[in-house]
Amino acid sequence: MKTLKRRYLHEKIMITFIAFNTVAVLTPLIIILVYVFVQGIGAINLDFFTQELGSPSRAMTGRPTGLVHTIIGTLVVDALAILIALPFGIGAGVMLSEYPDHKLNPVMRVMNDTLNGMPAVLKGLLAWALVVKPMGGFSGLSGGVALAVVMLPIIARSTESALMNIPWSIREAGLAIGLPRWRVIASVVIPASKAGLVTGVLIAFARAVGEAAPLLFTSFGNNYKSSYLLGWTFGPVDTLPQRLYSLAISPYPEWHQLGWAAGIVLLFFVIVSFAIARIVVREKY
Amino acid sequence: MIEMSRISKVNNVNITNTEKITPPKDLSLRLESKKLSVMYGSSYGVKDISIPIYDKKVTALIGPSGCGKTTFLRALNRMHDLTQNARVKGSVLLNGKDIYAPKVDPVVIRRKLGMVFQKPTPFPTMSIYDNVIAGLKLVGIKNKLILDEVVEKSLRHAALWEEVKDRLKTPGGSLSGGQQQRLSIARALAVEPDVLLMDEPTSSLDPQSTTRIEELIHKLKKTVTIIIVTHNMQQAARVSDYTAFFYLGGLIEFNTTSKMFTVPDNKRTEDYLTGKFG
Repeated sequence: MKTLKRRYLHEKIMITFIAFNTVAVLTPLIIILVYVFVQGIGAINLDFFTQELGSPSRAMTGRPTGLVHTIIGTLVVDALAILIALPFGIGAGVMLSEYPDHKLNPVMRVMNDTLNGMPAVLKGLLAWALVVKPMGGFSGLSGGVALAVVMLPIIARSTESALMNIPWSIREAGLAIGLPRWRVIASVVIPASKAGLVTGVLIAFARAVGEAAPLLFTSFGNNYKSSYLLGWTFGPVDTLPQRLYSLAISPYPEWHQLGWAAGIVLLFFVIVSFAIARIVVREKY
Repeated sequence: MIEMSRISKVNNVNITNTEKITPPKDLSLRLESKKLSVMYGSSYGVKDISIPIYDKKVTALIGPSGCGKTTFLRALNRMHDLTQNARVKGSVLLNGKDIYAPKVDPVVIRRKLGMVFQKPTPFPTMSIYDNVIAGLKLVGIKNKLILDEVVEKSLRHAALWEEVKDRLKTPGGSLSGGQQQRLSIARALAVEPDVLLMDEPTSSLDPQSTTRIEELIHKLKKTVTIIIVTHNMQQAARVSDYTAFFYLGGLIEFNTTSKMFTVPDNKRTEDYLTGKFG
């Protein structure tokens, strides 16, 4: 039997240990945030948000240059991706959680996990084969499809676990007042797990927003704004992670700084979408 | 001592009652199970249960844990349809029609056989108001006048109206456990079922809330038929008119409550009721 004093000592050691670990995990994150911010803030100005990138000479001769086309492109491609991934991902998650006896589920679960573990660049290849090849050119749409495939397995899994968190008795209570099964899912189970669902979708979104590899041969990249409106979906488009990469490997110091600034915008984009989603699902009850 | 005197009181009342109405032909049959068995895989949950459920009477299902009383209850409104490896054999006649007949829609059946669970189950994101009318609103009844009326009627029926009438828009989850259970009852009553199935409705409640639910059962049997599963034999004695004793998945005895608790036909029933086993 340990003495009370010793148990208190154990308690203190454990708390110190946990606190240390927390700090250790957060430190790299803070270093990244601060470093990106310090390096890139100099390039953030009005031009950055209003001008296109153009050729390298623009930056080198000090003419106004920016990434407006990249920011718009990112919004378009990510919006397309989430529009495509959401119904399929939520649908698969509902199927896995609510119809556990369905014959297809074991297969679907394995395929979903495989898809989740597949390198993102292969998903780009898939979108290239499915969209770019038949349509005859690089497009924002194909980038959206590639990112949707990145999001899909994450959304499916997180939806499944969010719905599983709702006690089974709640579903039975719904059935017991004579509601059809789909009604119970749509009106009782899904609203009850809303916060979990949105968090899962956000994690998937945040993951896809940062992906550059699947976009290399789908949305391809572009130094200019699209010349026509539909060009944002049917022509080659620029996106932040991919632009960040190409700016970083370019030989021009001015572009390096633009790359850091692109990093700030990308981070800001993710943080803002998290904040908005949090406000939207704020628990009323 | 209080418990005991209450039992004898209930028994006395019932004895006089049953003497008046003893011939079951005076009673109309609401529900009847015929050789009902529920199998999980290859093992029986309950086997060959045949009992009559009389209209506007309270029937209690008692027995030790794992004896199959809940399994039997859930077979009465086709809740086992959702259990992966459960199979139901035999038949359940509701108003003379088999609910397990082909082409019978379980959704329709469940509107006629409401259910109240062991733990209160208010729908988490809904207000008290929305909880009560969930069974109506979600199938397309939108008329506010009708819904308002149903809410008040059901909550009054469930003896909850006075406590919540000023805060119908607050979440159902904000009520106390006992109130949540009465809300669950109100929600079940809102769709006007013929039969109310109660699966240990008071086992997660404090004694005061338990008393309120029991009083409620007494009132409710004027309008609905009630089947209640209970671990608590005193409760069975207090609230029910008929009692079925289950043991190891089989029905040992079905009798009027007064007879069962005074001079049971079966030795095992007597042993169980006097605490010799179980």
